[in-house]
Formats: sequence, structure tokens, C-alpha cells
Amino acid sequence: MAPDRPPQPPVSAGAVAAVPTPPLAGRLKGMLALLIVGAIVVLAYRQTSFDLEALFTGAADFWRFFGRLVPPFSEVGSDWGAYLPELVGPLIETLQIAYVGTFFGTLLAMPLIFLASANTANDPVTMWIARTLLTVLRSIPDLLWAAILVPILVVGPLPGALALTLFSIGILAKLGSETVESADPGPLEALRAAGAGRTATIVYAVVPQVAATMVSYILYVFEINVRASVIIGLVGAGGIGFTLQTRLNFFDYTGVGLIIVVIFAVVLIIDSISVWARSKLI
Amino acid sequence: MSHIEFRDVEVTYKTGLKALKGINLTIPRGQFLVVVGLSGAGKSTLIRTVNNLVVPSAGNVLVDDVDVTAARGRKLRQVRSDIGMIFQTFNLVKRSGVLRNVLAGRLGDVPAWRGVLGAFPREDIAYAHECLGRVGIPEKAFVRADALSGGQQQRVGIARALAQKPSVMLADEPVASLDPPTSHSVMSDLKRIAREDGITTIVNLHFIDMAREYADRIVGMRDGLVVFDGTPNEATDKAFEDIYGRPIDREKDMRGA
Repeated sequence: MAPDRPPQPPVSAGAVAAVPTPPLAGRLKGMLALLIVGAIVVLAYRQTSFDLEALFTGAADFWRFFGRLVPPFSEVGSDWGAYLPELVGPLIETLQIAYVGTFFGTLLAMPLIFLASANTANDPVTMWIARTLLTVLRSIPDLLWAAILVPILVVGPLPGALALTLFSIGILAKLGSETVESADPGPLEALRAAGAGRTATIVYAVVPQVAATMVSYILYVFEINVRASVIIGLVGAGGIGFTLQTRLNFFDYTGVGLIIVVIFAVVLIIDSISVWARSKLI
Repeated sequence: MSHIEFRDVEVTYKTGLKALKGINLTIPRGQFLVVVGLSGAGKSTLIRTVNNLVVPSAGNVLVDDVDVTAARGRKLRQVRSDIGMIFQTFNLVKRSGVLRNVLAGRLGDVPAWRGVLGAFPREDIAYAHECLGRVGIPEKAFVRADALSGGQQQRVGIARALAQKPSVMLADEPVASLDPPTSHSVMSDLKRIAREDGITTIVNLHFIDMAREYADRIVGMRDGLVVFDGTPNEATDKAFEDIYGRPIDREKDMRGA
């Protein structure tokens, strides 16, 4: 405490007793919420026959499997080294799927963002349509999109890129329209007052306010897409995920181990670059 | 001759608040009108019915004999492009450059594609620079708006409105966010330009001394009604106390020099 501060009068017993207590209803609500969460955990635990014991007894199997993923130390160089060049192609394909998906997702999300935001929407009806469309897009996970599209189209990168496009539209438009709706309404009012049209108003009053945040979201979605494009490869949508699936089918655990290490390294590098770039933006 | 006419204008907001309760005013061309009143008296609402940012629930506003209240779509944009507006908080796009902010005032007159692409005609760009010159900051054209002081930002606001080549100027508490000396220089710029171009101007102000100094005519509002309408000479301390419904507070009601 600062030495020059005058001594504070002691808090009287009356004042302590008079401290208002939070209303009972509020406290009950909190307890009820806790109770519900607890009940769901117990229920889910039983239903899924989640078993901590199995987790410990299974540990031995895990180590055995893990051992097969990594070749004997003396052979790491030769085994993995021979295999590595084969992975370059699929790896680039994975990144391309993520890139194409992010690019077209962004392109298609842009008009939807402004149609779905209350402050830039054309009219309530198109806003409702745009919002409903986005909710539908968002409710279907990337893996499901790929599983739907692979049989319709063809096994390979095309359904992968399309799945990620649809998936990206969903997230970007959600994040984007929240950003647009939180934009300072002043410039919008000023441009409407000046007789500017709707598109021009958006371009001049809203875009400069949200551009940096939007670019950061696009990078973030690209990060997600790199990871997702590995996963969707497992259902036949091309890229390194597809190679991983093939290796698993052949019980080629040495190959699987290498692929996991490579994916880990690439995702880590992309993430770091993206995080760094985003930190520069805002 | 009348330039702006309010005919029995009423505004009731969705919340049920009656902001305007029947306004009748006739403003001749070129007049510099100052509207005074406490906050909540309806000044901001009144000014916004002129460019239809607030739509009256009854009555109508005419500008150059055109019914603004009934105008929609393209017609409304046309009317608005003839009415400049400046704001208490400037409402600039802070992350954009000054010139781009001023050029935004041309958006009501240029084709949409030109606006969106930023492909303004040469003469529009030249005119935007000229407007910056007239408010005394020609050298700030390529500076970002958020790098300017408050007074400079409000000058950009005036330049943007001027770029519309308006016949009417609306100013909603244009100096409330500025310090006293800056307030005076911004107000005198506004008045000078209005005189030079013959622009009919409505300014909302709270400060008694500034209203008396700059106005051709003072309208006092209280509780959604016009309770005073006269010359600055007629707007005595007594008149202001009637408008505000309380004694004058030298601290709050005077801007000073």
C-alpha cells in the first residue's frame, strides 16, 4: 500500500451484513446447469461404454503398434529416405486441394457475407435465404461433403477441393458476417446520406473496416483446410490422406509412420507461417 | 422562396417514442438555420427527415418541391446526392485515405461500376482536391483519415459533403466532439462555404453562444416540437431558458472562445 494513503476506517459489522447477496433464482440456475452437464456426462459415459481401465490395459498394444510405425533406428535413413520422394506428389496435391478449396470458398462466400449481414442486406427475404443456405452448408462437416461427393464425381482431388470449397463458404461467411455486422455504422450512414448505391456503400464504408480481419480469417480457414484435406483423403478425395489410406490397407506401417511424421511437419510449418502472417495483419 | 419545407412532420420510433410531434417549417434558399435544444428534443431526427434517413410516420418534407418522404430507390438516391451531411463523429472511413473519403461524396453521381472500381472521372478527382483546398487541408489528400486531428477529420467530412455539389447541407452537432477554438474555425468554414455557394444549411447545435454567432435564424426544439423560431437577436437568454426548460448553465451551454 502507498505510504501516504490515509488509514482506512475499518469496515463495520453492519456494513458486512448488509452486503447484498445475489438473487436466489440466479444461483439456482447455475446449480441446475451444473447438474444437467453432470448428468449428460454420466449418461454418455455409460452409453459409449467408455472404459478407463481398457485405456491402461490397451497401452501395451499401443506401444507395439507404435513400434511398428518406426523402423529400427539403424534403418530409418534407408527405409524412410527411399520412400520420401514418393510422398512429394501427394503432399503437394493435399496443399493444392486446400488452396483451391479456400480460394473458391472465399470467392463464393464474399457475396453471401453481405447478403447475410443485417447492416448490408438487400432486404429481409434475401437475408433469410442467405442465412438459411449458410446454416445448411455449415451443418455438413467436411468429411461428410467428401463422402457424398467422391461417389458422385470421381476418386481424386476434384471432390476434395469441392468439399473444402463448400465447407469454407460455411465458416468464412459466418465469421465474415459477424465482422461486417460489428463494423462502425457511421460511414455506412454517411454514404447512404450521400446517395451512394448499395454496392458502392459496401465497397467504400464496410470493406476497408473488415479487410484485415477477413484476410486473417481466410488464412485461418486455409490452416483448417490443410488439416481437413488430409482427413478427406481417407475417403478417397485425393492427396496424402489417400496415400495414407492405401498404406494402411497394405499394413505398411513403416510407410504409415513416415506419412504421419511428414503430415505433422507440413501442418506445423503451414500453421506457423499462417499464425505469423495473421499476427502481422491486425 | 422556399427551399426546404416541413409539413406536419411526425416521427414515432418502433419503441413507441414520439420524436417529432408535428413540425411545420419553411426554410428559404441560402438560409443558415441553427436548430437548438437539449439532447432528446428531436434535433437529430428532424435533420434526418430531410434526406429520409429517418422516414416520417406522418407528414412530408419537400426539398425543391420534391417530396423526399415519398422518394424511393433511384429517385431517393438522386435527392440525397443533392444533400450533403456532416456528423458529430465525422463518420469517415478511418482506414481509408483522405482523398478516397472525399471521393465517396461523388458516389451518388457517378455510375455504380465507376464507384466500385474507384475509376472516378478526372474532373471528379480534381474537384475532390479542390474541396480539400476549400476546407484548408489540401496537403492531407494522401494521408490516412485516422492520422488526422479531430478538427481536420471534420474538415474532411465537410469536403466529402461539398464533393456532392449539394444545394442543401445538414450538420448534426458538427462541433460537439471538438475543442472550443477548433469548433469556431470549423463553424466559420462551414458558414463561409455555405455563403459562397448559396447552400441552404441546417445545423444542430447545443451551444447558445455559437448559435447566436453563426445563425441567420434560430429554431428551438423541446420534446419534439418547435418552441422558438426567430433571429439571433430575438434568441435572448430568457428565450433559451424557455427552450431548455431550465436555467442556462454557463459550463454546459456555452462553448466559449
